[in-house]
This record gives sequence, structure tokens and C-alpha cells, in this order.
Amino acid sequence: MEPLLEVKGLRTEFPTREGVVHAVNGISYTVMPGEAVGIVGESGCGKSISALSIINLVPKPGRIAAGEVLFEGKNLLTYTDEEIRKVRGNDIAIIFQDAMTSLNPVLTVLTQLTEPLVLHMGMDMAGAERRAVEIMEMVEIPFARTRIRDYPHNFSGGMRQRVMIAMALTCDPKLVICDEPTTALDVTIQAQILDLLNRLRQDLAMAVIMITHDLGIVAGLCDRINVMYAGYIVEKATTEALFANPRHPYTLGLLRSIPRINQSRRVKLIPIDGFPPDLTQVGGASCPFQPRCVYPVERCEAENPPLDPVEEDHWAACWVDVYAEAGKERVNG
Amino acid sequence: MAESPLAETAVAQPAIGMGEDLVEVKNLKVHFPIRRGLIIERTLGWVHAVDGISFTIKKGETLGLVGESGCGKTTTGRAIMQLEKPTAGEVLFEGRDLVTMPKEDLRQNRRRIQMIFQDPFASLDPRMTVGGIISEPLEIHQLLNPKEREEKVRELLRIVGLNPYFVNRYPHEFSGGQRQRIGVARSLVLDPEFIVCDEPISALDVSIQAQLINLLEELQDQFGLTYLFIAHDLAVVRHISSRIAVMYVGKIMELADRNELYDLPLHPYTKALLSAVPIPDPVIEKQRHRIIMQGDVPNPANPPSGCRFHTRCPFAKPECSEDEPPLEEVRPNHFVACFFWKEISERTAPPLAVN
Repeated sequence: MEPLLEVKGLRTEFPTREGVVHAVNGISYTVMPGEAVGIVGESGCGKSISALSIINLVPKPGRIAAGEVLFEGKNLLTYTDEEIRKVRGNDIAIIFQDAMTSLNPVLTVLTQLTEPLVLHMGMDMAGAERRAVEIMEMVEIPFARTRIRDYPHNFSGGMRQRVMIAMALTCDPKLVICDEPTTALDVTIQAQILDLLNRLRQDLAMAVIMITHDLGIVAGLCDRINVMYAGYIVEKATTEALFANPRHPYTLGLLRSIPRINQSRRVKLIPIDGFPPDLTQVGGASCPFQPRCVYPVERCEAENPPLDPVEEDHWAACWVDVYAEAGKERVNG
Repeated sequence: MAESPLAETAVAQPAIGMGEDLVEVKNLKVHFPIRRGLIIERTLGWVHAVDGISFTIKKGETLGLVGESGCGKTTTGRAIMQLEKPTAGEVLFEGRDLVTMPKEDLRQNRRRIQMIFQDPFASLDPRMTVGGIISEPLEIHQLLNPKEREEKVRELLRIVGLNPYFVNRYPHEFSGGQRQRIGVARSLVLDPEFIVCDEPISALDVSIQAQLINLLEELQDQFGLTYLFIAHDLAVVRHISSRIAVMYVGKIMELADRNELYDLPLHPYTKALLSAVPIPDPVIEKQRHRIIMQGDVPNPANPPSGCRFHTRCPFAKPECSEDEPPLEEVRPNHFVACFFWKEISERTAPPLAVN
């Protein structure tokens, strides 16, 4: 099967007065049709910018400095504004974290849902309205027929996020990018939205890129995961392999630092010391995680490790055999 | 999995306080007026933020207070601090009611009760130096001379893991995690006994959260502190708390020791809440059965009749909308406010896989 999306050596940077912010530093990954790929990392690791780069929505003064984004084999980065606009919302849709700021507050949901149907699909208004109500029902908004005439502020946070999902689905996209879609929601509402996304993904056979900081969300939803740190993908694996056998010290550190809700024994958390680097300072020779790493070797300072395969379908950017090092700790203590 | 959940809870009991009650909240209510009109203000209704809750906090323990946004957990913390005037009820600190206490007595007692706020960007004055922020409570209470104050500030910076040379810096020079450490240092400067932690880590990144959790735990051991830990992250609350109260629309639905609550939740709301939390383990996630609750949290300005949870409860019966179930002790130290907890528990599996 041909990949749906192939990101190759993508590099996005922001020139600022304090220097160039290296937000995305040459990342590569693929998304197969119908697949759910997670991108996890903390704030400022470049996960959102890497996704915005795919559909050329990088905010000014940001620019894509290098790389290719192949969607069904065609490089989106060479598209004109007019051409990329046809792809956005049509083949690739995006769901943002904050539905209140992403929806237009002075237009009814009806207007906002029918606009892409008229513009992209060439429907007439009556047909577009019928389709819009159908989509509202698909995302399980009660009383869709009447509620479609409401404004965004008339909806609760969870319902507003459903409207966002409805907007993303209007033109039957092949790929939906979800940028922290549930971070602003309560946990019971988050469960509703994730459940809905999972069912829609299976029913509509669409691929999903799930951007989040929550390892629990990707564990339940994604087939494969990319872990990002300081603009690099530091580990890439199937979901099972990543959690069972993390090969990058950052991934291992994240998994050790989160308390487990299903653990009755009270164990001390092992935090990752220090804090994430200044992105104007990364992109040099050394490994960006080296100052916070618990397994540093001399080479880490001189050479940034490439993302190399460690086993089948599993890549990590580290000079050290983390699996062996973590194993030693288990034996010793 | 074969083992009964009841057997599991018997094994590991959490660290419980010394048994002596430090704080006792009795039938606390905080209602906010909804006002309209510019010159002549009319009160149109009341938001029942906290609507009659009672619990105790024992010396040296951490009581976790969890619930979704708008459930009244933050208002409860603020009402205990007397930052919000309770509409009714008592807040006893070492047996004395803070609500009716004379102002000067309250001021004296405030030294022993402190608060750590959620947002480390909003809670520190951007125009004060770190030293000024941390020593301000000492000035207000006229404690120590300037030289001793400076020494105290340096010592506290060391205790919370910051460089003592930072005294003359301003908050904007620090990251979120470091700012929260400054907030912690400020809360410790008057040597308090009781600290209300209002979502102290939810604004921080995952890798930084663990640093703060560990710091709070170390400080508790070192200074014998008692915490009320308010949070919405159920995994963090299980980790840090000795006992946990679950709130929903101004009421406590369930209160129990930490392992008892997570391994054997009896209230249908607690069950749904726990089952909604994603677990960072793909193997468990595949096997889990999730209770998806319908609808949204009700508006506290117009709370549902009877049991507050009946509008979203999958097990609700007609009587649930008529009478309000009291919070009753149904197992040792395990309180539940549900008429049908017994039959519901017999029909549903515990929401978290028991290893």
C-alpha cells in the first residue's frame, strides 16, 4: 500500500529578534491510509508547528526551510496558495484545541458548516444544508436540525468540539489532523469526544494524526507514535513497542514521571531533571536532550544521534542502548 | 484479574494522618448571586457553587478533592481560606470556627493556613522581585528583622530547589515550573501547618509535574504539613492523597481512602469518572470497558433536583430526581451518596483493571 502522507526532512523555523527559533528540525514520518498516528511531546516541542507545516498554515514570520510533504505522492510544499486551499478542508482537515477561538463567533454553525460544502464540493445551499444536518447528527449533536442555527457560544465546550469535528468532516477528508482536541475539556467529556473520533475513524476509514501531550490518549487511539523533543522526532514506533520497550531516554523518562491511576502501590516518581531547551539554541551538533539525560556519554555532546532503527518498525535517536541501561537499573535496584 | 477487588484493597493501606482532626468543614455552602442592572442591581438567582459539604482533614494527611470544572472544588478551597465568605456552615481549624472568628484572630490564624495557586503566571506580581514576593508575608505579619528575612528567603529558595542567588530576579525570568517553586516558597515562609494546593501542577508540562509532586511530598515529610490537594487529574490525586473526596455540582458524592476509592468505587459518578481517564498502557486500553456518560455537567445556577447526578446517571430511577441521597458510611471510612450503590456495584465491574 502507498502511504497517504509522507513527511521527509521537514524543517520549520521562525526568524526572531533573539535569533532563529528552530521549531521543527528535519522530521520524517509516514501515515498510511486509515492509520492513526500520534505525535506526543511537551509544549514547545514543535508538534503543532510540524502539523501546521503539512498544510502550509505556519504563522508568520515562520517559514518552511526544507523538506517535502508528499500527500498521495504530490509535494504539497510546491503548491500555490490557491492549490493548497483546495487540499485544506477537502482532503486534509484540522481540528484545533480551542473550539471557541477557531469557530467564527458572529456566524451561525449553519453558515460555517455549509461554506466548505458550497466552496469545495460545489453544492447548492439546500443540498449543503441537508448534508450539514447529516454531519451534525453523525457527530451526535442532539436536535441537530434546530441547533444548526445556533451560534458557537450557544454550545457547551464538548458540543462546540463536536461542531469542530463536524466542520472537519464536511468534505470527507482522507486525513484529519487533531491538535490537542480534548485538552480544554473535562475528563468525562474528553472520553465522549475520543470515543466519537475513534468510531468515526473506523466508519469513514480516514487517517488521523493525533497531536497531544497525554500518553494515555495515544495509547488508546493510535497505531503508531512519534515522540518529539525540541523539534526532533526522538523515537518512532508502534504503540505497543513504544510503551513496552521505550528506546529513547526521553520516552523512558516521560513514562517514569507520570503517576499511574491503576497502581495501588505508592512509588516515588522519577522526574526528568531540568527543563526543555531554548529553541534558538538547538539545531547544533549536540543531542538536544543531552543536558537532561540520565545516560549521557561523551559522544552526545559532539554528535546529535540520527533516528536509527533499533528493531523492526522501531526507531530511536540515541547513542546509548537504553534498553540495556534500564535493564541494569532493574537488576541493581 | 481473578482476584476479587475487595481482597486487593485489604493489602496496601495508604499513609493516614495521626488521627487528630486539623480541619473540619461542616455543612459548608457558598452561593454567588447572579446580578443584573447597572445602577439598581437586582439579584436574579444564585449559583450554588458549594452546596452543603462536610469533611475532615487529619493532621499530616493529604485530602484530595477531585471533580470536573465547575463542581465547586476551588470554591471549597477558597472558602476554607476565608477568601470567599461562606453562605452557611462552619470551617473549624483546630476546633475554632474561622467563619465567625474576630478579624484579628483570623489574621493570626492565617499564618498557619496558606495557599498554592494554580497559575504560576498570574499569581506572582510581575513587578516584585522573587525576594520581595517570598518575604512579603513576613512584612505583613511584622516578623523577623530585614537581615533575618533575607536569610529566610535564601533558605527557602534552597529548600524548593532554586538557586539562592535568584532573590533579586523577577518572575518573568523563570519557567513555569520554577515560578511554581517560587509560589511554594512563598506559601512556606510563615511556617504554616496547613496548605490548600489549588491545582498546583495543572499548568505545568508532564516532565515538570513530577518534579513538583516530589517537592510537595518531601516538604510534607520535612515540615509535617497537612494538604488539601485540589485537582482534576485523577492519577496525580491517587498518587499524592491519603484520602479522596469526589465532588459533583457542589456536593460530595463519595469519600474514601485512596486505594479503596480507586479499586472499589461505589458511586456511579466515581465509576464513570475513573473509567473515562485514559491509561498510558495500550494493552490495558484495549481491554477496558469505558462508561461513556451522556450530556454535560449541569449548570450550578440551576442544579438538578434530588441527586445531582441523576441527569447523567446510567442507573437513575424515578426516586433519584425526588430525594437527595445523604453521604453515608457504607464501609469503614468509605462514604457514598447514592441510594442504589449496592445493586449498582453488584452489576458493574470496577473501572480500573486490578493487577
